[in-house]
Amino acid sequence: MSTYIHSVSLDASKCTGCTTCMKHCPTEAIRIKDNCACIDAQRCIDCAQCIRHCPNHAKKSNYSSLSEIQKYKYKIALPAPALMAQFENLDSVDIVLQGLLDVGFDDVFEVARGAEIVSAYTRSYLATPGIKKPVLSTACPVIARLVMLRFPFLKDNLIPLLPPIEIAADLAVKEAKEKHPELRDEDICTCFISPCPAKVSYIKNGFGSYKSKITLAVSMSEVYMHLLHVMKHDVPAEVSARAGRVGLSWAMCGGEASALLNDKIIAADGIDNVISVLDQIEDGNISNVDFVELNACPGGCVGGVMALENPFIAKNRLHTIRRYMPVTQENIKQFEGAIPDSGFTENLPDYKPLNKLSDNIAESMRLMNKIQLMCKELPGIDCGSCGAPNCRAFAEDVVRGLADRNDCIIAYRDYIKDYINNYPGSRKNDG
Amino acid sequence: MSEELKFTYNVDGEDFNSAGQASVSVKKNLRQLGIDPEIIRKVSIAMYEGEINMVIHAHGGTADVFVDDEKIGIVLSDKGPGIADISKAMQEGYSTATDTVRALGFGAGMGLPNMKRYTDYMNIESQIGEGTTITMHVKYQ
Ligand SMILES: Nc1ncnc2c1ncn2[C@@H]1O[C@H](COP(=O)(O)OP(=O)(O)O)[C@@H](O)[C@H]1O
Ligand code: SF4
Ligand SMILES: [Mg+2]
Repeated sequence: MSTYIHSVSLDASKCTGCTTCMKHCPTEAIRIKDNCACIDAQRCIDCAQCIRHCPNHAKKSNYSSLSEIQKYKYKIALPAPALMAQFENLDSVDIVLQGLLDVGFDDVFEVARGAEIVSAYTRSYLATPGIKKPVLSTACPVIARLVMLRFPFLKDNLIPLLPPIEIAADLAVKEAKEKHPELRDEDICTCFISPCPAKVSYIKNGFGSYKSKITLAVSMSEVYMHLLHVMKHDVPAEVSARAGRVGLSWAMCGGEASALLNDKIIAADGIDNVISVLDQIEDGNISNVDFVELNACPGGCVGGVMALENPFIAKNRLHTIRRYMPVTQENIKQFEGAIPDSGFTENLPDYKPLNKLSDNIAESMRLMNKIQLMCKELPGIDCGSCGAPNCRAFAEDVVRGLADRNDCIIAYRDYIKDYINNYPGSRKNDG
Repeated sequence: MSEELKFTYNVDGEDFNSAGQASVSVKKNLRQLGIDPEIIRKVSIAMYEGEINMVIHAHGGTADVFVDDEKIGIVLSDKGPGIADISKAMQEGYSTATDTVRALGFGAGMGLPNMKRYTDYMNIESQIGEGTTITMHVKYQ
């Protein structure tokens, strides 16, 4: 049994059973049953493709409501760098940071700062002798999960560092306690302002045996609405941004990789591209590459489903905002060189092939033979009306006892035709 | 005793873009069977190299993958030009690839040696002007 808590769910009253999400799911985790989409939790990687493509907005991401921060005495906002790209005519990141204080946070710590620290560490990690290359980023939780479920051979390529949100949360709490020594741990809430449900799932589940230190995750779009009312473009902000260009650029695909000042990099975005790059690395087909940045969302985190702006427009805004920013925050040097003892990849989650047929190979082979035979009999048009994404997946479901053969209306129609034609006294013989 | 499983792929010699697809598809099937990831990797590397060779040296062919109780068998056959000197072709770095193909990053002369390295058994049968059949086995039990 999986105890993994996903952050994608369905509003059954809006779902029309149209098959769109099912067709877009990269792991074939969705089936349509009784005109309603169901997600197989074991196969779901939280990539949010279904949310992105649902024409009826029936797929939702589950996140905490912003009002939940009120339960805590000291509330720290951890804005994702992508948040800064959501506003028109923004002159400075400071305006957004001030806005966060004005909507009720006591403190704000840019995740971009955590990202800059990860960049600094990554540069020195890449110089460590004996590490497995290409090194894979773990910042996008979809990728970390996908590697464990589907590309276990690459698990030692995952960078053994905490993702930027964890580093940011840790430093934010330390800073808060320095400023307010009276604060106890339970008084403090670290609240991540997330572009995606994958980060929400990650915060709830952790990664392997690593448990996230972040208290809760709220949606970027909810916070955006609140910010719109309070952001002031003409009053000087009391807080100022600490992160620089490097941190902000992590919001876009290529930002993390380019911060390594190394040409031997790959940066890919969009789940299909990501899977194809991982397949090629696994086949030993990519040589002389030191680092691979992979983002599940198109364009990187600016393309997250909880971000509002079109990712291409968002990128343009980031280019404008970062123009006069320093490269990184002050004193970044202090973080370079030492690899923190993070424990992030020490106890990795178990390898679970996404759709293993059985625990016994001989039995799997028997089932696969049946699937292949059945595939030959199916129409092969992948129409989706049976409730499975394609004929092959349907054959699998039937062989596993999860679907009925007659759910294929095309095959059933032929069966009925045959039946009528062969029925004693049928019209066929009339002439 | 379980029945033998077979997967057949057409490797299209005209369609360079889809070269490498059969290897991706084999991986999916083997994963579903529950084969150990290390074994899958060996099979997919051997398969990938063989597939590419069929496309760049032999105008395509067929790839058959068999799975039985103890091993995965790969049979790659083509009706290409054949290999004149097999032991030479097996040498690391030996390649007859054209400059155009090299420009795409192929032709390092490591394909056949890697196929040998990643499999437990490999046999090449080749006739000039008739074609080449390469058989490989990877044991999983
Ligand atoms: N299927 C094939 N048909 C004809 N010739 C082949 C085939 N496979 C390999 N060869 C020959 O063997 C040589 C070495 O192959 P390989 O080690 O894969 O190196 P590369 O493909 O990089 O040239 C090739 O350059 C080619 O001359
Ligand atoms: S690319 Fe960024 S926004 Fe998209 S799932 Fe990954 S972490 Fe979330
Ligand atoms: Mg070759």
